[in-house]
Amino acid sequence: MKARVHVFLKEGVLDPQGKAVASALRTLGFEEVAAVRQGKFFDLETGPLPAGEAEARLQEYCRKLLANPVIENFRVEILEP
Amino acid sequence: MKAAVVEFPGSNCDHDAYEWSSRLFGLDTARVWYTSRDLAGADLVIIPGGFSYGDYLRCGAMAARSPVMESVVEHARRGGLVIGICNGFQILCEAGLLPGALLRNRTLTFLCREVCLRCETADSPFTRAVGKGGLLRLPIAHGDGNYFCDPETLDALRAEDRVAFRYVNPRGQTDEAWNVNGSLDAIAGILSEDRRILGMMPHPERASEALLGSRDGAGVFESMMATMGGTG
Repeated sequence: MKARVHVFLKEGVLDPQGKAVASALRTLGFEEVAAVRQGKFFDLETGPLPAGEAEARLQEYCRKLLANPVIENFRVEILEP
Repeated sequence: MKAAVVEFPGSNCDHDAYEWSSRLFGLDTARVWYTSRDLAGADLVIIPGGFSYGDYLRCGAMAARSPVMESVVEHARRGGLVIGICNGFQILCEAGLLPGALLRNRTLTFLCREVCLRCETADSPFTRAVGKGGLLRLPIAHGDGNYFCDPETLDALRAEDRVAFRYVNPRGQTDEAWNVNGSLDAIAGILSEDRRILGMMPHPERASEALLGSRDGAGVFESMMATMGGTG
């Protein structure tokens, strides 16, 4: 299976990197930029997983390691079953 | 009384912590590699600073899931003392032993300097010798020390007197200009619910002898010694 996991900061969590990126974009003349939130994604390849279980299993990866639930949310996306 | 300093690949304050515990305070101190589950009968576990696993994924995230941490969690459940300094604080948060998280510094820069701290409670095994209102000057050296938690957690930390240290100005007043990393409520260190675990970003172990310019950090260890010698 191939999957992509997106991990991004929860609303309300300060994102100093996103702020700096927004300000850099404005400096470059993209004055319309109002806000940037920076996140990350993981591309995963796994052995075969039963279709009904794959998503729950990926969410477990997130809860146990890939995301910190105190500050981050996540979204899983199955690219190839 | 015994201590254990836990070492991860990338720890870099482990020797400072070891010297702090063994030479300065005379504790029989073991150095425990992260693959071990044996804390050598320690009464006190020290999680030192550094850049465990190169800060991959998130600061402290990988270390928090290493074998030795299962034993640290077990030690903590039995009421054993645990102090996490700098990266150690980040690891304790990632391991769920302390609430909240340490975000990138507000300045986006690595901060290596001295800060002023105010001790906010004497009611802990780590602060009784410092005393409420005690002012300390300690070094910091971190890129991710910006404490964050949700509003409910912050309310609980305040209501339960679990903020151990705040960043203050040299007159001992909270002052955003001196909250250098941008921590929520200027929090520099917090206690667990049972008060037996302390996490703090500044480095008391680097400022515990006159030769290094300050003895202000010694009070933290003296408190732990008094606790272990007294009530065990």
